[in-house]
Amino acid sequence: MSALFPLFGAAIPEIILAIAGVGLILLGVFREQDGARLVSHLTVVVLVLVGILVVGEGHDRQMVFNGMFQTDAFAVFVKVLVIVGAALSIMLSLGYLQIEKMDRFEFPILILFATLGMMMMISANDLISLFVGMELQGLSLYVLAAFHRENARSSEAGLKYFVLGALSTGLMLYGISLVYGFAGTTNFDNLKTMVVPADFHKIGILIGLVFVLAGAAFKVAAVPFHMWTPDVYEGAPTPVTSFFAGAAKISAIGVLVRILCEPFLQFTSDWTQIVIAMSLGSVVIGSFAAIRQTNIKRLLAYSSIAHTGYGMIGLAAGNAQGARGMLIYLAIYVVMNAGAFAVVLGMRRQGMLVENVSDLAGFAKSHPLLAAAMALFMLSMAGIPPSPGFFGKLYVFMAAVEVRLYVVVVPALLASVVGAYYYLNIIKVMYFDKPDPNQQALDVMENDSIAWVLVCSTLFVLLFNFFPAALVSKADVAARALFMG
Amino acid sequence: MAGWPILSLTTFLPLLGAAFIFLLRGDAETVARNSRNVALWTSTITLVLSLFIWFSFDPTNPGFQLVEKHEWIPDYNINYYVGIDGISFWFVLLSTYLTVICVIASWDGIKFRVRECMIAFLVLETAMIGTFCALDFFVFYMFFEGSLIPMFMIVGIWGGPRRIYATFKFFLYSLFGSVLTLVGILTMYFITGTADIPTIMGFDFPREVEMWLWLSVAAAFAIKVPIWPFHTWLPDTHVEAPTIGSVDLAGVLLKIGCYGLIRFILPIMPEATEFFAPLMFAFCLIGVVYCSLICLVQDDMKRMIAYSSIPHMAIAVIGIFCVTQESIQGAIMVMLSHGFVSGALFLCVGVVYERTHTRDMRYLGGVVHRMPVFAFVLMVLTLSALALPGTGGFVGEFMILFGAFKVNTWVATIANLGTILCAAYMLTLYRRVMYGELERDDIKSLVDLDARELVMFVPMVLIVLWMGIYPSSFLDVTRASSASLVKNYHAALDKAHGSKSAAVE
Repeated sequence: MSALFPLFGAAIPEIILAIAGVGLILLGVFREQDGARLVSHLTVVVLVLVGILVVGEGHDRQMVFNGMFQTDAFAVFVKVLVIVGAALSIMLSLGYLQIEKMDRFEFPILILFATLGMMMMISANDLISLFVGMELQGLSLYVLAAFHRENARSSEAGLKYFVLGALSTGLMLYGISLVYGFAGTTNFDNLKTMVVPADFHKIGILIGLVFVLAGAAFKVAAVPFHMWTPDVYEGAPTPVTSFFAGAAKISAIGVLVRILCEPFLQFTSDWTQIVIAMSLGSVVIGSFAAIRQTNIKRLLAYSSIAHTGYGMIGLAAGNAQGARGMLIYLAIYVVMNAGAFAVVLGMRRQGMLVENVSDLAGFAKSHPLLAAAMALFMLSMAGIPPSPGFFGKLYVFMAAVEVRLYVVVVPALLASVVGAYYYLNIIKVMYFDKPDPNQQALDVMENDSIAWVLVCSTLFVLLFNFFPAALVSKADVAARALFMG
Repeated sequence: MAGWPILSLTTFLPLLGAAFIFLLRGDAETVARNSRNVALWTSTITLVLSLFIWFSFDPTNPGFQLVEKHEWIPDYNINYYVGIDGISFWFVLLSTYLTVICVIASWDGIKFRVRECMIAFLVLETAMIGTFCALDFFVFYMFFEGSLIPMFMIVGIWGGPRRIYATFKFFLYSLFGSVLTLVGILTMYFITGTADIPTIMGFDFPREVEMWLWLSVAAAFAIKVPIWPFHTWLPDTHVEAPTIGSVDLAGVLLKIGCYGLIRFILPIMPEATEFFAPLMFAFCLIGVVYCSLICLVQDDMKRMIAYSSIPHMAIAVIGIFCVTQESIQGAIMVMLSHGFVSGALFLCVGVVYERTHTRDMRYLGGVVHRMPVFAFVLMVLTLSALALPGTGGFVGEFMILFGAFKVNTWVATIANLGTILCAAYMLTLYRRVMYGELERDDIKSLVDLDARELVMFVPMVLIVLWMGIYPSSFLDVTRASSASLVKNYHAALDKAHGSKSAAVE
């Protein structure tokens, strides 16, 4: 493909995605009935095709647009995760949108454009193109959070996310300008190879870096920039929440890694301190704050904060092993997350979405298969062996132990015991508690696409241990690409 | 059977059975009946398979046998690596045997959600066997932790009134110890570059590192044994657990703790073991005396038997930390005998509880008049628990005290006190349940053991007597491996002391 269009080369998947997005808008406008459904299905098809193109790009580093845009093994790995996460979220939304009477075709298209923005920022090789991608993603997400227009909580979520998101974007842009001012370039390669004298230039760049980090940390919802997460996750429509917790989070972590390990690699000893503080804070606050949550979406929000923290421990190690562990962690996380949200989306009582943990009482009796799947995801999120979630944590902690980061490893592992409590609590409610006799039994929404997501993610969780090598070696290639040269 | 991956078969066959039960369809009663049958068949075949291990096992070989090694995660140099030696051998058989007993005992004991129960027990069996066979640290850790999940379900679903509290306490307490151990495992993995247990055993860690490693690795096992003061989860969990849950918990899971101490702590960290041994002796002796005294004042039979595990296991741990040929073999013997005896005692509690719906000894009494066969069974088990000569408990405790006496007279003396106190509370239990006036109507209408219960108890009694009368068939298997363990331990210590004195000179 890139032989045909040498000018665009590595950016072809993104360009195709953009064109397809515009085409799908037109299609949606002209189809009056069942437009949402058709556009959703087509969007999934487009995402799959783009995913294949992304994989076809191969592992070599390629540059286009005068070094503004690059692809390498790392970008391919993270992009595939993002595309998978986006496609899963669209599939999860299909039945939900219809029931909630918000099946408008803009929904899948907004996810598509958000995905496009994520892919751009992952592939960015310049702070400016990074910022453009981040804005495209951010603007789509603001609208998505408020997509349930009639619902006050959803509008509140959208507004909150927008205001805080705009602030963080401002911080980031300010950081970028500081870096430009002191370094004279925004290009990643130039920043990486630049010789920084140890005077005020370095301090200036460092301050810029801190601002950039703050902006990125907001996007990944790492402590102390996590405050928006529970409210937005709770208020946003559930498929959107799954998109926030899945694809959006992964792309943001990907960007964070890219920024720290490529342009600012020479400041590793400086930024690892920040990353250590953020990761530990996220793990601890995510674990402790989730204990008191009764709403399952809020609970998953705090759990996602904790997962961000675990992933960032790999980054705190500051080497290729750490990045590899983090990538494996993210890959496992995206599947567990989609599975857990699929169960949450599937449960209904009298046609209403069930969102409280206590509503799950007796779920194991009425729906043994779904409850078993949910239990599996919860154990995996808690990181209890032999679930894949354990291996995700294992690889991350391995990298941290290798560089003697016991200060992080021991508290984080102890926090994982605290975290295990609330995951087990969900299992307890499902398996041990008797359902409230005054309430109607839980129904399960009959929906093929949710069932598919559920079956695929369950199979992944069950079978991962038999073929771990495939994922590990892919992540290895991706992580090495990041630390080359 | 040569060339067959017999250990893997034994390990994963129960899992296959569990998957099969999961797929059973039909109305509730059919499913319950079929899952019981499938579980019984699966566990029996597993037991038979594990007997084949016995035939292919060469007791004169001190190394690991029936070894299987396959690449698992090549990028991290992690292998699926299993094998057994004289130390782990008996525990595999103990696990397979007790699972069969549990499935038989569940026939009357578990009345609802039978399918889930059978799945949980078969998964637990896989986890237990895997823990004893694993020769790669990550494989070990996976099985070790994996055993928490089914136990969590067993206590949480079929347990008593305070089951939720008990099961969470059990799970989180164990997990707390395990994550500390994980730090130690990861550290060893990075220092040696492998997770291969035999290789790590031969590695000489620096003294400073060894101390930290010891603390982190011992955390999980000290909680699992449990050694005083980390024992508080045990009485809660035992009292709330259903009978068969207690059988597996006391019979096998506690043994994993001691097994871990023998398998990992002694060979990998000899210097730290020598350093910390007095601390362990102190903890164990406090545990022996303190928990025996607690046993004396219990009214609840189950609570008493649960607490009595702590002194027994403490004596085994004393044997382990004496590190002599006799004491190690004695510790394994005590663990084995305690596995059978305490399992059977919990079953006895279950027998009484199912008939009278009470475990409170204040309301029992005179049972012997209605249940003579049961009285005989309980007598044999009681005597074995208090280590009367002629039972397995005696052989083990004698060997431990014999070994301990050579190492430290005081330790042996105080540990002996445990045996005396044990006789006191076990005989009290027997007297209060069996003798006395027949007063209550429900006790007057008791019926003796039925055929199913005899199937459970007769082999138990025979094994207990066999261990006491002809212990050689058990000791022969453990001799070579424990001899080489003790030899390597002292060689490593001599080397360490030698290098230190050389440095001083």
